[in-house]
Amino acid sequence: MNDFRSRIERERPYLLRYASLQLRDAQAAEDAVQETLLAALAGEHGFGQRASLRTWLTGILKHKIVDAIRRTTREAPAAGEDEFEALFDERGHWIEMPGAWSDPDAALDQQRFFAALELCLSRLPPKTAQSFMMREHMGLETDEICKELSITPTHCWVLLYRARMSLRECLTKEWFGK
Amino acid sequence: MMLSCKEVTRIVSRGLDRKLGFSERVRLRVHLGICDGCTNFRNQLAFLREAMAKLADRSPDS
Repeated sequence: MNDFRSRIERERPYLLRYASLQLRDAQAAEDAVQETLLAALAGEHGFGQRASLRTWLTGILKHKIVDAIRRTTREAPAAGEDEFEALFDERGHWIEMPGAWSDPDAALDQQRFFAALELCLSRLPPKTAQSFMMREHMGLETDEICKELSITPTHCWVLLYRARMSLRECLTKEWFGK
Repeated sequence: MMLSCKEVTRIVSRGLDRKLGFSERVRLRVHLGICDGCTNFRNQLAFLREAMAKLADRSPDS
Protein backbone atom coordinates (compact mmCIF):
# COMPACT_ATOMS: atom_id res chain seq x y z
CA MET A 1 0.00 0.00 0.00
CA ASN A 2 1.77 3.14 -1.23
CA ASP A 3 -0.19 5.37 1.07
CA PHE A 4 1.32 3.61 4.08
CA ARG A 5 4.80 4.00 2.64
CA SER A 6 4.41 7.73 2.19
CA ARG A 7 2.93 8.13 5.65
CA ILE A 8 5.90 6.48 7.32
CA GLU A 9 8.31 8.34 5.03
CA ARG A 10 6.86 11.59 6.40
CA GLU A 11 8.02 10.56 9.87
CA ARG A 12 11.62 10.19 8.75
CA PRO A 13 12.86 13.65 9.86
CA TYR A 14 11.35 13.20 13.30
CA LEU A 15 12.89 9.72 13.66
CA LEU A 16 16.23 10.92 12.41
CA ARG A 17 16.40 13.70 14.98
CA TYR A 18 15.40 11.23 17.66
CA ALA A 19 18.09 8.76 16.65
CA SER A 20 20.78 11.43 16.22
CA LEU A 21 20.26 12.69 19.74
CA GLN A 22 20.66 9.19 21.08
CA LEU A 23 23.52 7.97 18.95
CA ARG A 24 25.49 11.21 18.27
CA ASP A 25 26.61 9.74 15.00
CA ALA A 26 24.90 10.78 11.79
CA GLN A 27 25.68 7.56 9.94
CA ALA A 28 24.58 5.28 12.76
CA ALA A 29 21.40 7.34 13.16
CA GLU A 30 20.66 7.15 9.44
CA ASP A 31 21.17 3.37 9.54
CA ALA A 32 18.88 2.91 12.55
CA VAL A 33 16.12 4.94 10.89
CA GLN A 34 16.52 3.08 7.62
CA GLU A 35 16.23 -0.26 9.42
CA THR A 36 13.17 1.03 11.27
CA LEU A 37 11.38 2.09 8.09
CA LEU A 38 12.15 -1.24 6.43
CA ALA A 39 10.90 -3.14 9.47
CA ALA A 40 7.77 -0.99 9.52
CA LEU A 41 7.07 -1.70 5.85
CA ALA A 42 7.57 -5.40 6.38
CA GLY A 43 5.40 -5.44 9.49
CA GLU A 44 2.64 -3.14 8.40
CA HIS A 45 0.05 -5.54 9.79
CA GLY A 46 1.54 -5.19 13.25
CA PHE A 47 0.51 -1.55 13.27
CA GLY A 48 -2.70 -1.47 15.31
CA GLN A 49 -4.71 1.65 14.60
CA ARG A 50 -4.94 2.40 18.29
CA ALA A 51 -1.39 3.68 18.53
CA SER A 52 -0.33 6.71 16.53
CA LEU A 53 1.98 5.93 13.64
CA ARG A 54 4.74 8.03 15.19
CA THR A 55 4.49 6.21 18.52
CA TRP A 56 4.59 2.86 16.77
CA LEU A 57 7.61 3.81 14.65
CA THR A 58 9.42 5.27 17.65
CA GLY A 59 8.90 1.99 19.47
CA ILE A 60 10.62 0.12 16.64
CA LEU A 61 13.36 2.74 16.44
CA LYS A 62 14.17 2.35 20.14
CA HIS A 63 15.02 -1.28 19.55
CA LYS A 64 17.21 -0.38 16.59
CA ILE A 65 19.01 2.27 18.66
CA VAL A 66 19.67 -0.19 21.46
CA ASP A 67 21.07 -2.62 18.87
CA ALA A 68 23.37 0.09 17.52
CA ILE A 69 24.59 1.02 21.01
CA ARG A 70 25.21 -2.61 21.79
CA ARG A 71 27.23 -2.98 18.63
CA THR A 72 29.46 -0.08 19.63
CA THR A 73 29.79 -0.99 23.30
CA ARG A 74 30.88 -4.46 22.30
CA GLU A 75 34.13 -2.69 21.43
CA ALA A 76 34.34 -1.08 24.85
CA PRO A 77 37.04 -2.45 27.11
CA ALA A 78 35.95 -5.69 28.69
CA ALA A 79 36.59 -5.39 32.41
CA GLY A 80 40.26 -6.06 33.08
CA GLU A 81 41.23 -8.13 30.11
CA ASP A 82 41.34 -8.01 26.37
CA GLU A 83 42.57 -10.01 23.43
CA PHE A 84 46.17 -8.91 23.93
CA GLU A 85 46.40 -10.58 27.33
CA ALA A 86 47.21 -13.73 25.41
CA LEU A 87 50.58 -12.27 24.40
CA PHE A 88 51.78 -12.41 27.99
CA ASP A 89 52.19 -15.13 30.60
CA GLU A 90 50.59 -14.90 34.04
CA ARG A 91 53.50 -12.81 35.34
CA GLY A 92 53.14 -10.34 32.48
CA HIS A 93 56.21 -11.44 30.51
CA TRP A 94 56.12 -11.79 26.73
CA ILE A 95 55.32 -15.33 25.66
CA GLU A 96 56.99 -14.56 22.38
CA MET A 97 59.29 -11.55 22.51
CA PRO A 98 58.90 -8.99 19.73
CA GLY A 99 61.85 -9.21 17.38
CA ALA A 100 63.38 -6.17 15.71
CA TRP A 101 61.79 -5.23 12.40
CA SER A 102 64.39 -5.33 9.68
CA ASP A 103 65.15 -2.04 7.98
CA PRO A 104 61.91 -0.19 8.76
CA ASP A 105 63.22 3.04 7.22
CA ALA A 106 63.41 1.41 3.81
CA ALA A 107 59.75 0.47 4.12
CA LEU A 108 58.79 4.14 4.27
CA ASP A 109 60.06 4.61 0.71
CA GLN A 110 57.91 1.84 -0.69
CA GLN A 111 54.45 2.23 -2.10
CA ARG A 112 53.61 -1.36 -1.22
CA PHE A 113 54.37 -0.79 2.44
CA PHE A 114 51.64 1.84 2.63
CA ALA A 115 49.21 -0.53 0.96
CA ALA A 116 49.99 -3.04 3.74
CA LEU A 117 49.54 -0.33 6.37
CA GLU A 118 46.16 0.62 4.92
CA LEU A 119 45.14 -3.02 4.84
CA CYS A 120 46.02 -3.34 8.53
CA LEU A 121 44.12 -0.14 9.33
CA SER A 122 41.05 -1.48 7.54
CA ARG A 123 41.06 -4.53 9.83
CA LEU A 124 40.66 -2.49 13.02
CA PRO A 125 37.20 -2.38 14.61
CA PRO A 126 35.42 0.91 13.66
CA LYS A 127 35.74 2.83 16.91
CA THR A 128 39.32 1.72 17.44
CA ALA A 129 40.19 2.85 13.91
CA GLN A 130 38.33 6.11 14.37
CA SER A 131 40.22 7.09 17.52
CA PHE A 132 43.57 5.98 16.11
CA MET A 133 43.08 7.96 12.90
CA MET A 134 42.04 11.03 14.89
CA ARG A 135 45.21 10.72 16.94
CA GLU A 136 47.82 9.76 14.34
CA HIS A 137 46.33 10.96 11.08
CA MET A 138 44.56 14.15 12.13
CA GLY A 139 46.98 14.74 14.99
CA LEU A 140 44.33 15.53 17.62
CA GLU A 141 45.08 15.39 21.34
CA THR A 142 43.39 12.66 23.34
CA ASP A 143 41.08 15.05 25.22
CA GLU A 144 39.69 16.29 21.88
CA ILE A 145 39.18 12.68 20.76
CA CYS A 146 37.38 11.79 23.99
CA LYS A 147 35.07 14.75 23.50
CA GLU A 148 34.32 13.97 19.85
CA LEU A 149 33.64 10.29 20.53
CA SER A 150 32.03 10.99 23.92
CA ILE A 151 34.23 8.47 25.72
CA THR A 152 36.31 8.67 28.88
CA PRO A 153 40.08 9.34 28.69
CA THR A 154 40.69 5.80 29.96
CA HIS A 155 38.56 4.30 27.22
CA CYS A 156 40.38 6.47 24.71
CA TRP A 157 43.79 5.19 25.85
CA VAL A 158 42.53 1.64 25.71
CA LEU A 159 41.33 2.13 22.13
CA LEU A 160 44.66 3.66 21.08
CA TYR A 161 46.56 0.87 22.82
CA ARG A 162 44.51 -1.76 21.02
CA ALA A 163 44.99 -0.03 17.69
CA ARG A 164 48.76 0.03 18.15
CA MET A 165 48.88 -3.56 19.39
CA SER A 166 46.93 -4.90 16.43
CA LEU A 167 48.72 -2.76 13.85
CA ARG A 168 52.05 -3.94 15.22
CA GLU A 169 50.99 -7.56 14.92
CA CYS A 170 49.45 -7.03 11.51
CA LEU A 171 52.51 -5.26 10.09
CA THR A 172 54.77 -7.94 11.52
CA LYS A 173 52.74 -10.50 9.62
CA GLU A 174 51.95 -8.59 6.44
CA TRP A 175 55.18 -6.72 5.87
CA PHE A 176 58.08 -7.60 8.12
CA GLY A 177 57.52 -11.27 7.43
CA LYS A 178 57.23 -13.30 10.62
CA MET B 1 58.57 -2.73 42.06
CA MET B 2 59.70 -3.91 38.63
CA LEU B 3 57.33 -3.28 35.74
CA SER B 4 56.12 -6.30 33.81
CA CYS B 5 56.36 -6.36 30.00
CA LYS B 6 52.58 -6.09 29.81
CA GLU B 7 52.62 -2.92 31.91
CA VAL B 8 55.47 -1.58 29.80
CA THR B 9 53.44 -1.93 26.57
CA ARG B 10 50.63 0.13 28.13
CA ILE B 11 52.97 2.81 29.41
CA VAL B 12 54.83 3.04 26.09
CA SER B 13 51.53 3.49 24.25
CA ARG B 14 50.27 6.02 26.77
CA GLY B 15 53.54 7.90 26.50
CA LEU B 16 52.69 8.62 22.87
CA ASP B 17 49.53 10.41 24.01
CA ARG B 18 50.56 12.29 27.13
CA LYS B 19 53.63 13.19 29.12
CA LEU B 20 54.57 10.39 31.50
CA GLY B 21 55.21 11.07 35.17
CA PHE B 22 58.75 11.09 36.53
CA SER B 23 58.55 7.72 38.26
CA GLU B 24 56.94 6.11 35.20
CA ARG B 25 59.80 7.38 33.04
CA VAL B 26 62.41 6.06 35.44
CA ARG B 27 60.83 2.62 35.78
CA LEU B 28 60.35 2.44 32.02
CA ARG B 29 64.01 3.25 31.40
CA VAL B 30 65.13 0.62 33.90
CA HIS B 31 62.96 -2.01 32.23
CA LEU B 32 63.96 -1.10 28.67
CA GLY B 33 67.61 -1.24 29.71
CA ILE B 34 67.35 -4.96 30.33
CA CYS B 35 64.52 -6.11 28.04
CA ASP B 36 65.11 -6.47 24.28
CA GLY B 37 61.51 -7.49 23.58
CA CYS B 38 60.10 -4.28 25.06
CA THR B 39 62.82 -2.19 23.42
CA ASN B 40 61.82 -3.64 20.05
CA PHE B 41 58.20 -2.99 20.91
CA ARG B 42 58.94 0.64 21.78
CA ASN B 43 60.81 1.12 18.50
CA GLN B 44 57.95 -0.44 16.56
CA LEU B 45 55.40 1.96 18.02
CA ALA B 46 57.70 4.89 17.28
CA PHE B 47 58.01 3.64 13.70
CA LEU B 48 54.23 3.26 13.46
CA ARG B 49 53.80 6.92 14.36
CA GLU B 50 56.35 7.92 11.74
CA ALA B 51 54.62 5.76 9.13
CA MET B 52 51.24 7.29 9.96
CA ALA B 53 52.67 10.80 9.57
CA LYS B 54 54.01 9.79 6.14
CA LEU B 55 50.65 8.31 5.25
CA ALA B 56 49.01 11.61 6.18
CA ASP B 57 51.46 13.50 3.93
CA ARG B 58 50.81 11.17 1.05
CA SER B 59 47.04 10.95 1.13
CA PRO B 60 46.19 14.07 -0.94
CA ASP B 61 47.72 12.69 -4.15
CA SER B 62 47.48 8.91 -3.70
